[in-house]
Amino acid sequence: MFANTVKPSFEKAGHDSYPDTLIRKILREVKVIAMVGASPDWNRPSYFAMKYLQAKKYRVIPVNPKVAGGEILGEKVYASLAEIPEKIDMVDIFRNSEAAGPITDEAIAIGAPVVWMQLGVRNDEAAARAEAAGLTVIMNRCPKIEYGRLNGELGWHGFNSGVISSKRRKLPEKA
Amino acid sequence: MTSNTKPGFETLAIHAGAAPDPATGARSTPIYQTTAYVFDDVDHAASLFNLQAFGNIYSRLTNPTVAVLEERIATLEGGRGATCVASGHAAQMLAFFSFMEPGDEFLAATKLYGGSITQFSRSFKKFGWNAIFVDAEEPENFRKSMTPKVKAIFVECLANPGGVIVDIEAVAKIAHEAGVPLIVDNTMATPYLCRPFDYGADIIVHSTTKFLSGHGNAMGGAVVDSGKFDWAQNDKFKSLTTPEPAYHGLNFYETFGDLAFTIYGHAMGLRDLGPTMAPMNAYLTITGTETLPLRMQRHVENAKAVAEYLEDHRQVEWVSYAGLRSSKHFKLAQKYLPKGAGSVFTFGIKGGYDAGVKLVESCELFSHLANIGDTRSLIIHPASTTHRQLSAEQQKAAGAGPEVVRLSIGLETVDDIIADLDQALAASAR
Repeated sequence: MFANTVKPSFEKAGHDSYPDTLIRKILREVKVIAMVGASPDWNRPSYFAMKYLQAKKYRVIPVNPKVAGGEILGEKVYASLAEIPEKIDMVDIFRNSEAAGPITDEAIAIGAPVVWMQLGVRNDEAAARAEAAGLTVIMNRCPKIEYGRLNGELGWHGFNSGVISSKRRKLPEKA
Repeated sequence: MTSNTKPGFETLAIHAGAAPDPATGARSTPIYQTTAYVFDDVDHAASLFNLQAFGNIYSRLTNPTVAVLEERIATLEGGRGATCVASGHAAQMLAFFSFMEPGDEFLAATKLYGGSITQFSRSFKKFGWNAIFVDAEEPENFRKSMTPKVKAIFVECLANPGGVIVDIEAVAKIAHEAGVPLIVDNTMATPYLCRPFDYGADIIVHSTTKFLSGHGNAMGGAVVDSGKFDWAQNDKFKSLTTPEPAYHGLNFYETFGDLAFTIYGHAMGLRDLGPTMAPMNAYLTITGTETLPLRMQRHVENAKAVAEYLEDHRQVEWVSYAGLRSSKHFKLAQKYLPKGAGSVFTFGIKGGYDAGVKLVESCELFSHLANIGDTRSLIIHPASTTHRQLSAEQQKAAGAGPEVVRLSIGLETVDDIIADLDQALAASAR
């Protein structure tokens, strides 16, 4: 992700780190995710993330004008957020920081409660617009990695999860 | 713990990476003594092999017990992730393997553990990796030695055994200006005494055999990634930033971002080179890290007392311990190692080679062996043992002249440690 995008600037407060409680709440409450920039190419990062989220029982609806009408991992691909006939709980943006701006505006327009920009993607102006419209915004994070971090799976691979607890690890169970 | 409080080092040393076993509730980390792991179905297996799902395949790559130690060390260093391996030497091999190609170069400090100098200058040559040795006492020397083929700078935070401290911040700046990572061996200091990532280091390597496990009973190594180095800033690091044929064209850095280096360490390094840490050794090292803060406090307290005792001894020519005011590294020690300058150091004995041999052989409490970072106090006379094969000039250059004695001060009662040296010094003068 860092290869193709301008490195995000982190000077603005509020989006440099997110409390685990907020991430957990989002991952627990969200059921239907629209993934903008989902790729049909099995070795692309978006494909990895979509497959993982499906395995965790999320419904993931791919959005990609280049392959609209086709299928990715059994789901019909739409050309834009506005075309999806279902209620979307979260828009996951797999595009660069600049493109995330208009996509965030579309997310506001369809009434999605959460906008999530992927690792390496950050657009503070778009985030401010979304927050003014009452949306929750997460930037520069990957829902797959966050899910794996919070349920201990990431620790299987030697990563610093930041979780300190004397309780058995539990998956962030969905409501 | 609530998500917005930052746990202290002692809490992390005990809890980071570990949690009660999800299946049984076992509180101590279980030793997962297994070679392989079942797949739910073919699709699950494919996802794992394609690195699309988190999970275990085969213990050469990942193991749940080893993973607890990896997260523990990554957390203590303030890094993103870690790869544990069979030894400190394996850690160095794996760290360089992630980005070195035949014909590439790296800069390394001249004052390193002797085994590292041999590994870099002899065995790495067989891979076509060329080490250029640089006197690190003057950080600018690294800038002067930089070439377009250089892919990294390697230093020891606190060098073994000479009591030499490298100005990590200055060297990191030079590395970053050249667009290459700084690798720091933090074995001698441990994250309790120094956290090199706080000063700009990008990768840390450890021999966990030493202070992290701490009891002289488990071999191991670790490669820790800060997650902050931008591997795509230039075209030097192709193995991380271009499609990898062994994973069907997967681009590690693009796909995994700040996790890429650590995933590469497991999925490529451990898979193809194979220096896996044994689960039993991981378990012993996990237990060791739980008391790391307590042990390091006593190690440096005892070491300082012994160094001060030796400095005043009439049979001692010099003491090289950065915690002594007389050391030329004292100022850097105040900055990088304010809690103490480690517990391994050298001194010169009057009477040269013969006196050194006699001293070592006269010890009753100190163990005569080639290791450091044990609960037990250790002693060795490099010129007659580890550096025996070198010429007199080479011995001197390596800080292993005929009069040099190396100590690793343990956790025994400090009066007993000093009394043993006192009687052995007396015996060596007879």
